[in-house]
Amino acid sequence: MSANTLGHSVNMGANLGSRKLKGRLFLTTAVLATGIGIVVLATLLIDVAGDGVPRLSWDFITSYPSRFAERAGILSALMGTIWVMALTALFSFPLGVGTALYLEQYAPKSRITEIVQMNLANLAGVPSIVYGILGLTVFVRWFALDRSVLAGALTMTLLILPITIIASREAIRGVPQSLVTAAYGLGATKWQVIQTTILPYAFPGILTGTILSMSRAIGETAPLIIMGALTFIAFVPGSDGFWNGPLDPFTVLPIQIFNWASRPQEAFLETAAAGIVVLLVALLVMNSLAIFLRNKYQKRIQES
Amino acid sequence: MTTHGQKVRELATMSSKGSVPITLPLDVSEKSLDKSSEPQRVALETNSLRMYYGEYLALEDITMQLAAKKIIAIIGPSGCGKSTLLRVFNRMNELIPGARIEGEVLFNGQDLYAPEVDATEVRFRIGMVFQKPNPFPKSIYENVAFGPRINGYRGDMDELVERSLIGAGLWDEVKDRLRTNAQELSGGQQQRLCIARAIAVEPEVILMDEPCSALDPAATLKIEDLMQEIVSDYTILIVTHNMQQAARVSDYSAFMSTDGGGQPGKLIEYGLKDEIFTNPKDQRTQDYITGRFG
Repeated sequence: MSANTLGHSVNMGANLGSRKLKGRLFLTTAVLATGIGIVVLATLLIDVAGDGVPRLSWDFITSYPSRFAERAGILSALMGTIWVMALTALFSFPLGVGTALYLEQYAPKSRITEIVQMNLANLAGVPSIVYGILGLTVFVRWFALDRSVLAGALTMTLLILPITIIASREAIRGVPQSLVTAAYGLGATKWQVIQTTILPYAFPGILTGTILSMSRAIGETAPLIIMGALTFIAFVPGSDGFWNGPLDPFTVLPIQIFNWASRPQEAFLETAAAGIVVLLVALLVMNSLAIFLRNKYQKRIQES
Repeated sequence: MTTHGQKVRELATMSSKGSVPITLPLDVSEKSLDKSSEPQRVALETNSLRMYYGEYLALEDITMQLAAKKIIAIIGPSGCGKSTLLRVFNRMNELIPGARIEGEVLFNGQDLYAPEVDATEVRFRIGMVFQKPNPFPKSIYENVAFGPRINGYRGDMDELVERSLIGAGLWDEVKDRLRTNAQELSGGQQQRLCIARAIAVEPEVILMDEPCSALDPAATLKIEDLMQEIVSDYTILIVTHNMQQAARVSDYSAFMSTDGGGQPGKLIEYGLKDEIFTNPKDQRTQDYITGRFG
């Protein structure tokens, strides 16, 4: 028996002090973990920015790579990244959302669909270099696309497709069943229910999944190297006619950065840092666009 | 689109041809429904209906006839299959994999479950209001317009929305804010909006699955008054936990029960409300009504 703060004698509640202590300990640990994460990230960013920002200039963005560090620019890599990312988004979005819709809405509960679902998560964990080898064999050789932007984009699409599908499925599952039932009850066909109720509601979640997967894709180096992205090119895709762009050879930001970083000259390290800054900005712009789109749709949904 | 239109017209012509006067004996009561008035038209009927979820028998041998433009209440203890029976009538059970029926379900004399009948057309002739109000996260106007839009309505949408909201007794309260979000309405208003949404597609039958159980008494009374107003245009089948509600609003009442947990639901007794509530034939009905169980 003990007395609690209200002065009554009780059989339980004596452990209130130790319970609160445990809570405070956990809070401290969580704050510490967050703090460490932020500090490490900030250190990284500040270090890179410190080396890279001075090297940034309009010339840097509009010049091609060069043997001379002072003249080296990132134009071909930047344009290559933009081309590849744009095409990857174009391919992976409908494929990812379509597959997720099929798995959630149409697929019968059979052995085959079970196997597919099980393997989706596995595929998301496959090392990206394996996708590179796959891309080399299938897109570069069999489809005879050679080492083009298109082959690169298709390889990246395969890489990020599992993540996109999983995220889209979660978003589709998050649509309240009550709304779906209401739509069916008014005589909607399955496609009408998907079009009017499920997709609009799931769209913010699908976009979030797209952000995540594109963020992964923009930094991937290994698969693109394997399937044949170049390192030193002095032209941008599309310079031989815009619609020939997808068939042009290309390079991307991570490859260019890696190439510069592995050079012995000190000056190239600064160039690499500047390249990293450009990559981070590109990532930020891409994510901001997706977040903007997501917020616009969330406002339209107006959840109470 | 043309096949859809054709099928809708098929169901429509059936409704005027398929008039069946109710002199057939009912399920267990073996009585004709209404001895005093002229023969009623049967809007919906089931014959030896059995409903399965996979191997599990949910409803056993339900035979009943629902008179057109009347309010029929289904009462019974929790888990006896009332909502399952309701959902048989608009084929909503089909959304659950493994659901199937045996026996017959007829709408104006036509088999609802015939292979050539599309479930989506059934649902727009037989509407449903659910237990918890579920307006779409859209404006009030868009909620009411949703049904007509997806079914290809080409007429004056403003007029249809207004007419439906008036019919649901909600027009005066929302006419100045049709474009505001429906989810900002109170519970009772949301449910009336769901009723407006259901009547906007001009159904013949409205199924109501415990429509007032999530509402306060004042809102409940409003909905009950509304039901009694609109029954002149629609056949209403309402599942309710609230016996007093059934006693207040219904013309006919059906009592369902099971023999125990996991057992299929059965129709124990069905007849005119006054008979069910004052002079039930079956002991189980008597027990339920007097509150001895359930």
